[in-house]
Amino acid sequence: MSALTLYDLDRGEWARVRAVRGGGHGIRRRLLDMGITTGTEIRVERHAPLGDPMEIVVKDYRLALRLEEARHIEVERIAPPTVN
Amino acid sequence: MLPPRSTDALTKTSPNRVVAIAGNPNAGKTSLFNALTGAARHVGNYPGVTVELKEGRAREARTPFTVVDLPGCYGLTAYSQEERVARDFLLCHRPDVIIDVVDASNLERNLYLTVQLLELKLPVIIALNMVDAAEKRGMGIDHESLTRLLGVPVVPTVATRGTGIPELTATCEAVLDGSIRINPIAVRYGHPVDELVVELAGALQPLSRMDPPMPAEWIAVKLLENDPAVWKRLKDFGDAALIHQAETAQRTLENHCNRDGASILAERRHGIATGAARQCVTRQRSEQRELTDRIDDVVCHRVFGPALLVGVVAALFFWVFKLSDEWAWIPWPGEWKSPTGIIETCFTGVEWLIRPIEGPFPMLHSLLHAALVRGVGGVLSFVPLIFFMFLFIAFLEDTGYIARVAFILDRLLRVFGLQGKSMLAMLIAGGIGAGGCAVLAVMATRTLREEKDRIVTMLVAPFMNCGAKLPVYAMLIAAFFPYRRTEMMLLLWGLSWVFALCAAWLLRRTVVRGEQTPFVMELPPYHLPTARGVLMHTWERTWAYIRKAGTIILAVNIVLWAFMYFPRPSDANATPEEQLRYSMAGRVGTLLESVSDLAGFDWRTNVALIGGFAAKEVIIGAMATAYAMVDTPEAGKDETEVAISLSGRLAADPAWNPLRAFALMLFIMLYAPCMSTIAVMRRESGGWRWPLFSLGFSTAMAFLVAVGTYQAGLALGL
Repeated sequence: MSALTLYDLDRGEWARVRAVRGGGHGIRRRLLDMGITTGTEIRVERHAPLGDPMEIVVKDYRLALRLEEARHIEVERIAPPTVN
Repeated sequence: MLPPRSTDALTKTSPNRVVAIAGNPNAGKTSLFNALTGAARHVGNYPGVTVELKEGRAREARTPFTVVDLPGCYGLTAYSQEERVARDFLLCHRPDVIIDVVDASNLERNLYLTVQLLELKLPVIIALNMVDAAEKRGMGIDHESLTRLLGVPVVPTVATRGTGIPELTATCEAVLDGSIRINPIAVRYGHPVDELVVELAGALQPLSRMDPPMPAEWIAVKLLENDPAVWKRLKDFGDAALIHQAETAQRTLENHCNRDGASILAERRHGIATGAARQCVTRQRSEQRELTDRIDDVVCHRVFGPALLVGVVAALFFWVFKLSDEWAWIPWPGEWKSPTGIIETCFTGVEWLIRPIEGPFPMLHSLLHAALVRGVGGVLSFVPLIFFMFLFIAFLEDTGYIARVAFILDRLLRVFGLQGKSMLAMLIAGGIGAGGCAVLAVMATRTLREEKDRIVTMLVAPFMNCGAKLPVYAMLIAAFFPYRRTEMMLLLWGLSWVFALCAAWLLRRTVVRGEQTPFVMELPPYHLPTARGVLMHTWERTWAYIRKAGTIILAVNIVLWAFMYFPRPSDANATPEEQLRYSMAGRVGTLLESVSDLAGFDWRTNVALIGGFAAKEVIIGAMATAYAMVDTPEAGKDETEVAISLSGRLAADPAWNPLRAFALMLFIMLYAPCMSTIAVMRRESGGWRWPLFSLGFSTAMAFLVAVGTYQAGLALGL
């Protein structure tokens, strides 16, 4: 079974990034610069009306990315963090 | 690419000190630049609005300094064009101070760039911007502990309101005159990166002194994270032992962490940023969903989203035309006029003023009439339309809606090899209704970080119906489809999209082949734009259009006039038409008739179309001349009347019919972008390759479509 990726998550789910794999150097670089690194927590906010791209919330801001890119982001599901 | 400039040269050439503004897209850099310099610069709520280096002078400072607004970027990896520009400037020009604009409500991500600025070992001042928005989100930021953590001054600001700007100016001055010394922390990445950096940096000293000089530690870090540009610098330096040492260090790092260098360094930097952010942010997050999320529930909804989009486009279509042209809503002595009407009246006045010289100096009059009235006046009469269109687009852009449009339409545009962000360029080119400008559209493609998507967008955006194509459509529609005005305009609008998308699809599968590049875009929070901001933005774009009228179009009209005026036939009684046919332009037009005949164009149309290569605005005037509808002194015609009488003449001409008019409209829609667009394309794509390709491709496509339509129509007996 292949690893769980951001692609597999539904709206409202939370996840922690395990790794950013595959893709070209450019895409990995780009995702890294946008703050998607190992350990980052992500919430899936919604999908666009045509199902793709998806909107995620990472480090308190909203990011749109295509499902194609989401497949490169390996994640694990986590419970929504509690507000401190 | 900026020419490298050493620190010495900088002090010699400009006695003034240079302060660079860096920051993430959307952090408020442009507002801050405006507040510091008082310059009228646009602020957009669309990631990546600052697309070129803008310079200004700090106005509040006792000893003025130069302020340079760098393109917004998320990192300094030189992955996108904006990042390259920002990085090259920082490296080659080494500004005396960097103001790092940090979005306070988004501290963690913004500090990631700050860490990379600190790596450059230049004095950094943090402008902690939009502190009000952060407070509204329930965040408190202890800026003093941020100062302590990073070792740089932190000034809280709200740039849109001017809050904190005097303090920021004072801090800059204090740093420039040496009364404050900044001791930024040395960035520590932890084991084993630090050890490798120190070791490598020692060996890199000779390379770091090369022009432009760079800190050895910075080079070491960049080598470890596999930065192609810095690796190239090392390889060009040609020290085999050094290259070997760097390669070994990089391998050691990757083996130790079991990941690639870029990921490791990015993680460590994010770690530093997150650590710093956590230590100075206190927050009470409310359980309530934020306003932006609630708006997006509607705007990006499966059903309401697209419906709203159609509604917005329809409203734009409606209001832009009503306000600029159709409604006479501005008081004028004795009557009410539309903005377009006023400009036309003004140029009728100019025509009246130059009329007395026609008798004594017919040639001068002919020149002035062609260049001023028909050329410049023709362009300026579209200023209201352009203004209102850009006003609506600027408003939508500043609220953050255009970013959502890109989000909603990305999937659809991808089918054709474009992407969501192509939308902004297409809209500016005239994608909503009509009346845009391809020059500005080509400039707007800079927000596309993906090179291939950008090229394709640049090549197809000119197919949209720009403001200059409208009068020709209007004239031909009035002549041949007088009862189908709206339907025809809608058809031409729809066709422009069909052709643009098909062309994009075709280009993506032939000349600009390659994998689709990633689409990663920030969706900024919604905010209510300020009237000042929207007007500034609109004015800046409108002014670019007006300037074109005064420069290139004026020049082209003069050249074209000469081509259409000389040589003169010896027979003094020759009709204007005979004179034109005898001229240079007439001869070329006649020569081309054998080919253009396939699409139904005669030599007169050819003359006008040749003029249109320079600027589409020229077409209608050239046709008017060619059909001898000009300069009857007693008539006193303005542009509209020329168009109206021209359309009457064409409607009565047995050689013309609706089919021929339609083929001509299609040809005008698609053929070569105007000279200004070509010039901008050259600048934006960094060479002649794409603009020349665009010339050939568009014209070939236009010709095929026009011939196809005309021949098919003939075959069907139309």
